[in-house]
Amino acid sequence: MSPDVIPLLMKALGETVAMVVVAMIAATAIGVPLGVLLVVTAKGGVLACPALNRVVAAVVNAVRSIPFIILMVAIIPFTRLVVGTSIGTTAAMVPLTLASIPFIGRQVETSLREVPYGLIEAALAMGATPMQIIRRVYLPEALSSIVAQLTTVVIALVGESAMAGAIGGGGLGDLAIRYGYQRFRPEIMLATVVVLIALVQLVQFAGNSLAKRLNKKEM
Amino acid sequence: MITLSHIEKTYAGADGAVTALKDVSLTVARGEIFGVIGLSGAGKSTLIRCINLLERPTSGSVIVDGLDMMALSDAELREARKSIGMIFQHFNLLSSATVYDNVAFPLRLSGMDEDAIRAKVEPLLALVSLDDKAQQYPSQLSGGQKQRVGIARALASEPKVLLCDEATSALDPQTTKAILELIRDINQKLGLTVVIITHEMQVIKDICDKVAVIENGVITESGRVIDVFTDPQRDMTKEFISVLMGSGFPPDLQNAPISAEPIPGGRLLVRLTFVGSSAGEPVISTLIRKYEVEADILYGNIDSIKDTPYGRMLLGLSGAPEAVENALAFLREKDLRIEVIGYVA
Ligand SMILES: Nc1ncnc2c1ncn2[C@@H]1O[C@H](COP(=O)(O)OP(=O)(O)O)[C@@H](O)[C@H]1O
Ligand SMILES: [Mg+2]
Repeated sequence: MSPDVIPLLMKALGETVAMVVVAMIAATAIGVPLGVLLVVTAKGGVLACPALNRVVAAVVNAVRSIPFIILMVAIIPFTRLVVGTSIGTTAAMVPLTLASIPFIGRQVETSLREVPYGLIEAALAMGATPMQIIRRVYLPEALSSIVAQLTTVVIALVGESAMAGAIGGGGLGDLAIRYGYQRFRPEIMLATVVVLIALVQLVQFAGNSLAKRLNKKEM
Repeated sequence: MITLSHIEKTYAGADGAVTALKDVSLTVARGEIFGVIGLSGAGKSTLIRCINLLERPTSGSVIVDGLDMMALSDAELREARKSIGMIFQHFNLLSSATVYDNVAFPLRLSGMDEDAIRAKVEPLLALVSLDDKAQQYPSQLSGGQKQRVGIARALASEPKVLLCDEATSALDPQTTKAILELIRDINQKLGLTVVIITHEMQVIKDICDKVAVIENGVITESGRVIDVFTDPQRDMTKEFISVLMGSGFPPDLQNAPISAEPIPGGRLLVRLTFVGSSAGEPVISTLIRKYEVEADILYGNIDSIKDTPYGRMLLGLSGAPEAVENALAFLREKDLRIEVIGYVA
């Protein structure tokens, strides 16, 4: 392996991690409230508003049904508006975030639905407000499950960020395509794949252990 | 303390409306332990949930501690609910919170500061004998301990009423006894009004003062437990009681034909129920001495409800028809309930 591989790899890894971390933080900040909204506004929810619920659900489904590669290209004008450019690592963060929001919304919704209704009812019987139920019952009770679900989202983001790399976003995907494929450097291709596998394993391991630590249901 | 008047509750089900409660009225006095018993699906949970409006009646009125619950705004209702504690069959504790934090939950809802919370939670944990489990999670506790946490949590906001929805149905008989004792203790110490929903007569017998029997959404019988127990009117009530006490028939008589007319050489079966002080009277010996009858005690037991002793006895009277008639007349004069079953060979 030639000595230039390590710095190349480190730089690409840094870009991938930056894309994933920033997109994850931004998408979680919006996706978690979205998931909460999907649960509490549903029929029988603590802030039932079925009409709103249907609209939000429809938008979520619409965004989720667009393949990432198409979404990325389709929102270029929006990306330029937000970050001032449509190429590079920073630009890639915009479509990565956008694609992850509805994904996280649905995942969080699934986690919140696992909270037994009896707990909600007990809180209602104690005079809790809907906001208190969200903050003190739904979120803490679902936290472990939400962490497990978010781990899946991070792993999906690693994959999508590699795709973003293919159109000039930088990162490990970019490295693999430009050096490994276009310049016939199979050792770079191999090294990239190994790093990606290690990254995904690490994320999964960290997510699993955190979820397990937060789960007080089986001790 | 609690007055339900003409409560109707209809659920809009997938296949037509289900009427869960029909014209239900009942009054629970301050400091009383009031039981509601019925089969599964009779409407018990719906009834108890109408008291704190977890379920809003379709019509009727709910008055708790002088407040017309159905007239309250959302915010007022939340305030009112803080003085109505509730415990559940499946405990409904937060699995992610420790015992301490579960009990502190209602206090944190009210925005109480942590020092004040500690000053309240610690004595409550001592009251339910869980002071050593404060930092454990519910999954580390037994069913009985979980229900103790539920009780401590329900008491944290110093309610005037405690609602118990099948609070012991998920527990074994011994744990049930201990939890019921705790509820009775609290009722006496704190003067709390308690409403208990159950499908087990034992629960009613062990701690309730009054009982209402609910069948298919209708209250069919109600009154003091001792009265309903010793003089049940409805077949279903008798059924509940016989599950608890046995039918009171010895096995060899269970399938014997019973005749309304005297059978030569046969016996007249009479069931006697003694309540209170008359339980101790020497009725049987007097009967045998004064009348020329033989009285076989075919079945008997003595028990007590709260502090009132009562006994049930199945007598087989035999002798000359006149003597039997006279004996019967003597029994009827006594301060006891008598049920003439009929003659057997
Ligand atoms: N949320 C609901 N929607 C529709 N039907 C209900 C609902 N809750 C209870 N019921 C019906 O009302 C009746 C009484 O139920 P419930 O009060 O739970 O009975 P119990 O507690 O005595 O077992 C049952 O027929 C039940 O199916
Ligand atoms: Mg029930």
